[in-house]
Amino acid sequence: MLTKVTTPESGGIDVFVGTTRNHSGGRNVTLLEYEAYEPMAIRVMEQIVTAARDTWPLQKVVLVHRLGNVPVGEASVVVAVSSAHRKEAFAACRFLIDTLKKEVPIWKREHFADGTVEWSGQRNPEIERHINDRQLKIGN
Amino acid sequence: MNVTVKLFSVARDLAGFSEQLVDLGRNSRAGAVLDYLSEHHPEFAGWRSSIRIAVNQEYVSYDHALHEGDEVAVIPPVSGG
Repeated sequence: MLTKVTTPESGGIDVFVGTTRNHSGGRNVTLLEYEAYEPMAIRVMEQIVTAARDTWPLQKVVLVHRLGNVPVGEASVVVAVSSAHRKEAFAACRFLIDTLKKEVPIWKREHFADGTVEWSGQRNPEIERHINDRQLKIGN
Repeated sequence: MNVTVKLFSVARDLAGFSEQLVDLGRNSRAGAVLDYLSEHHPEFAGWRSSIRIAVNQEYVSYDHALHEGDEVAVIPPVSGG
């Protein structure tokens, strides 16, 4: 990643790495499982990079998101930015990861230590109950 | 009018399909997809405030006019990164 963004004109490189944390909402997590609306995810990531380039003078930008299972401690997403001066690199890197998390159509399922699996952010008991009921019926 | 409806994450789990060709009738707007899904799964009605819709891979408002052959994706709250 660092070689991809290093250029002779760059004075600073900022890299953000998102990793799977072992806890979420007070519960123990074993891994995160990511899926994406892939063609749109790529398109939105490109739009975010364009927005960053329109805002700050940047050299190189790399955004990578892993799909599938990402166990605790492993990296799921990397954002790397190079620029002539560090101020822009810091600002752009933060913007890129913050915006990726709000806009890119990627979803994660949290696998908990007790064996349960839930879509992140979906603490809607009514919907969970409905999905669980159907899964029980299919199991029978 | 026929559109391809694509569902993801919890929306897919709820409706039980990931992709389906759907006839939404004439002059439909993007929001009509949730109306269609609500017919079989009333829970979708309560989601209008948090679900986004994308047509041909661009986010649109619920009022966006659909066209024959559009790819309409139901986008629950994203959680990448």
